[in-house]
Amino acid sequence: MSEVAVSTRIRLARNLKQYPFVSRLSKEDRKKVVEEVREALSHSDIRLNFIDMATLTKVQKLSLAERHIISPEFVEAGEGSALLVSDDNTVAVMLNEEDHIRLQVIKEGLALKEAYETASFLDDVLSEHLELAFTERLGYLTQCPTNLGTAMRASVMLHLPALEESGALNRISTNLSKLGLIMRGLYGEGSKSYGAFAQLSNQVSLGISEQAAIENLDNVTKQLISQEIRARDKILSDIAVEDKISRSLGILKSAYVIDHSEAMRLLSNVRLGAAAKKLSTLSTESIDKLIADVQPASILLKYGEQLSPRERDIKRAELLRERLN
Amino acid sequence: MLCQHCNHNEATTHVKTNINGKVTEYMLCADCAKEMGYGNLFSDFHTDFNSLLGSFFSSALPARTGATRCPVCHSSYNDIAETGKVGCAQCYETFFDELMPTIRRVHGNTEHTGKRPKIFDSPKEIKEEKVQQSENKADKLKAELDEAIKTQNFERAAEIRDELKTLEG
Repeated sequence: MSEVAVSTRIRLARNLKQYPFVSRLSKEDRKKVVEEVREALSHSDIRLNFIDMATLTKVQKLSLAERHIISPEFVEAGEGSALLVSDDNTVAVMLNEEDHIRLQVIKEGLALKEAYETASFLDDVLSEHLELAFTERLGYLTQCPTNLGTAMRASVMLHLPALEESGALNRISTNLSKLGLIMRGLYGEGSKSYGAFAQLSNQVSLGISEQAAIENLDNVTKQLISQEIRARDKILSDIAVEDKISRSLGILKSAYVIDHSEAMRLLSNVRLGAAAKKLSTLSTESIDKLIADVQPASILLKYGEQLSPRERDIKRAELLRERLN
Repeated sequence: MLCQHCNHNEATTHVKTNINGKVTEYMLCADCAKEMGYGNLFSDFHTDFNSLLGSFFSSALPARTGATRCPVCHSSYNDIAETGKVGCAQCYETFFDELMPTIRRVHGNTEHTGKRPKIFDSPKEIKEEKVQQSENKADKLKAELDEAIKTQNFERAAEIRDELKTLEG
């Protein structure tokens, strides 16, 4: 199943009652929020490393966003914002992003309940030590009213090449809103979809419990996965598709210059082949790792922040040749 | 559409310049845009969602006076409508009526179901508090209604009467 569902993410937004929300928060209060939350979370047995966002370069922050450890919006964060992150990157807490606390748990494959359990455990630790902004009527209060209620966003990253190929993806994506779900590109709001990766998440957070929202998302995801698998069975017997997978791998193994969107498109094809066990040496996990490593900022971080786009494309090709041959 | 600079990549950045009234427009790919000093690596990432929500707010509402400010963060309702961002937890109380239509529109619902912090696990007290609040509100409105009639502001009086009706159910 992890061949289709790449990863699962639960994100909870929380605010401290006695401080204004982030956009009205003074410098001093920002620091206090960071310190209070840091202290509160030190009571959990999950060890979190503290990173002051002001100490990171733009490229380092972009690379964190590419790996989904922080949100794209948090790339702009500097003084007065911080990140608490576990060694394995599965738990990340953004402080003073859009809300005082944005807590996220990432798991591999489809694991909504497990991810929620961890997130809810950390939330309990927070509410034991801090007074959170909450009312009976509106639930957890957030800076943006779209997140009120559970203030939870549950999402699943899916790889749907066969549904995309068959043209069904657009139709499905339109119908999802009727089910209270929304489909977005690889990097969330407003991002476009690269290489048939899509993020499916709950749209509404007020008036629906965490369990109900998760169950709904889980059900729809499972249906999508079985549709994708059926569509794959159909297209994979086609020699043209096999040819495409094989050629994609060929280019990735031998190119000297490759830009981001081409690499993503080809890796998506190769991932389809790896999932169908058509490429004996490659696993979907190794492709997922490669996808993270060929993102623009991750290349810059590895080979030097001053690279021009052209040099970056050369380094990307070098990395792909190394890893795939 | 392909980038008008390199004619190779998909164009993702729209650049519009206005120099002494001469308007020029280009469609560029992310790489060329960066090279030419426009945009950033993640041109995909930024959507002007806040201003979108801001306009969403204002259109959802009859224009209010904007005179009341939140006692905690001093935001006015107009501040919230303009930015799409609520100032603090107290704002949800202060501007409850103003925010409600937007909340209803976004969620299709206005009552929380789901997790609550453990300290809130005493529903009885809270219910009483709620009743108390709506009674206070009704008293306040009745006083306002008298005032409106006195000053012959009948339009406002009608509004208040409607509000009272909803409140008393």
